[in-house]
Amino acid sequence: MAVVTEFPRTAPDRLWQLRRFARRNPTIVAGAGLLAFMALIALAAGVIAGDPQFLNPSERLHGPSALHWFGTDHLGRDVFARTVFGARISLVVGLAVAVLAITFGLAIGLIAGYYRRVDAPVMRLMDGLMAIPSILLAIALVSLNKASVGIVIVAISIPEIPRVVRLVRSVVLSTREQPFIEAAIGGGSRHHKIILRHILPSTIAPLVVQATYVMASAILTEAGLSFLGAGVPPEIPTWGNMIAGSRLFLASAPWTIFFPGTCLALVVLAVNLMGDGLRDRLDPRLARRM
Amino acid sequence: MTAYIARRLLSMLPVVAIVALFVFLLLHLAPGDPAAIIAGDNATPQNIAQIRKALGLDEPLWRQFLVWAGSLLHGDLGRSMFWNEPVATLIAQRAEPTVSLAATTLSVAVVLAISMGVMAAARAGTMIDRFVMGFAVFGFSVPVFVVGYLLIFVFAITLKWLPVQGYTPIAEGVVPWLENLVLPSVALGLAYVALIARITRATMLDVLAEDYIRTGRAKGVAARPLLLKHALKNAAVPIVTVIGIGVALLIGGVVITETVFNIPGVGRLVVDAITRRDYPIIQGVIMVFSGIYVLVNLAVDLSYTLLDPRIRY
Repeated sequence: MAVVTEFPRTAPDRLWQLRRFARRNPTIVAGAGLLAFMALIALAAGVIAGDPQFLNPSERLHGPSALHWFGTDHLGRDVFARTVFGARISLVVGLAVAVLAITFGLAIGLIAGYYRRVDAPVMRLMDGLMAIPSILLAIALVSLNKASVGIVIVAISIPEIPRVVRLVRSVVLSTREQPFIEAAIGGGSRHHKIILRHILPSTIAPLVVQATYVMASAILTEAGLSFLGAGVPPEIPTWGNMIAGSRLFLASAPWTIFFPGTCLALVVLAVNLMGDGLRDRLDPRLARRM
Repeated sequence: MTAYIARRLLSMLPVVAIVALFVFLLLHLAPGDPAAIIAGDNATPQNIAQIRKALGLDEPLWRQFLVWAGSLLHGDLGRSMFWNEPVATLIAQRAEPTVSLAATTLSVAVVLAISMGVMAAARAGTMIDRFVMGFAVFGFSVPVFVVGYLLIFVFAITLKWLPVQGYTPIAEGVVPWLENLVLPSVALGLAYVALIARITRATMLDVLAEDYIRTGRAKGVAARPLLLKHALKNAAVPIVTVIGIGVALLIGGVVITETVFNIPGVGRLVVDAITRRDYPIIQGVIMVFSGIYVLVNLAVDLSYTLLDPRIRY
């Protein structure tokens, strides 16, 4: 009788696996690494940077120096501190919108795809929502309410939901024609069980990819809203409102605009790279098309 | 065909109706009294009562919607609280800069993006391909206003090649009009170019793998006509679809671009309305922009028959 011995996983073995993963998925690793670095800085903002609100009128519009790495703005505030704290808003809004939009989009998409009777009305509603430019919809929602991070998150999530619903619905429509669903129905499974146990799993891979795109677009929309003055309260530093506040000083103090601008672009780039890498890995059919 | 257009126009109605209902409900489902929201923080009770009466806010909700939707159908988008002028008039006054910006961006972006996509697909795997794909990821990631300020800093402030900001009506000369539009169009078009270039490359790669392309090559069709006539023509439907969907990107971008470049267009009208809480303007512009989006995508649907004779309605 053969004895199956399990080889103990040694540390070098794991390291080798990690290296192989990195070699095969350079974009996922590069994106995730950059994003993790930004998240770490955002978390440690209080430790590594000074007070983002501290006004120092004697040091207005100073260029980058050893004391102020990113220089100071027109009120003498430290641009590095404000940029580091601004990362918090971008990442929190991006993550929260991704979670909210995916959750609601998944629930609505599963129902619309599975129950034929609700499909048409729900999808017409989504078509209507999709026709409204998302930044305008968010502007309208934010300007009607008292500015707060929560309102901004909800306002950005609503226009993202229809895209998720469409994706989930299309996956459900193709999955529900599969023989194993027929078998489940024939075997007497209840609807909610079929949806949750047999259909839901096939939506996960495309949803993971979609979540990264939702996050990237949410970070861009939040920055746009803050830039236009329709975002989070102005006393919270964000990359968008930093750039808006410094726009008159573009010629004399370009660092006040380009440091937060570069960070914004880098974070979105990191999320997009991660998304592209995940898509190539999880959804080969889609990857070939794009 | 005529019957199809009529049917499609009718099918647009529910979408537009839902947009209208949504835009209407936004104001009324927001916490608090809409009249107080519109009146702002320093309003007296008399102001609020006046606004409530002027907007008919005492009426039941369904009645208010019917009145509002009815006037929409007559082209009446309401009246601005700040300007005390019809919103439709205000939009019409500011339409030229916005239309100019959108038209230049759209035309340049589409030509540029399709050439980039075709080149990337024809030379798949080479440096050209990698450059185009890298550019696409970059284009999706850099926000409009960051690109805008970078362009202003480099080309207007440092090199002094182009004006920093502003808009010159086309009536005052085509050259100054164009000079003012170059930088905003590049900033606005970047993400759009990225989107279209990517779908063009992907579709072209699919088409180039088809048997008839190999047959064409075997019988000696020259490379260029093979690529542009045989392949691109058959890749047109998905590309045009994305051009239509991407218009949403342009509409959202216009609002930000006009702020960066100080262009007195419809986008600026909305942004100025945010701080003034001029809600009728926000509602009106959303209705107009959504309507344009729906119409563009209808036109895209109809163009399928021209692009692919196999599609018949």
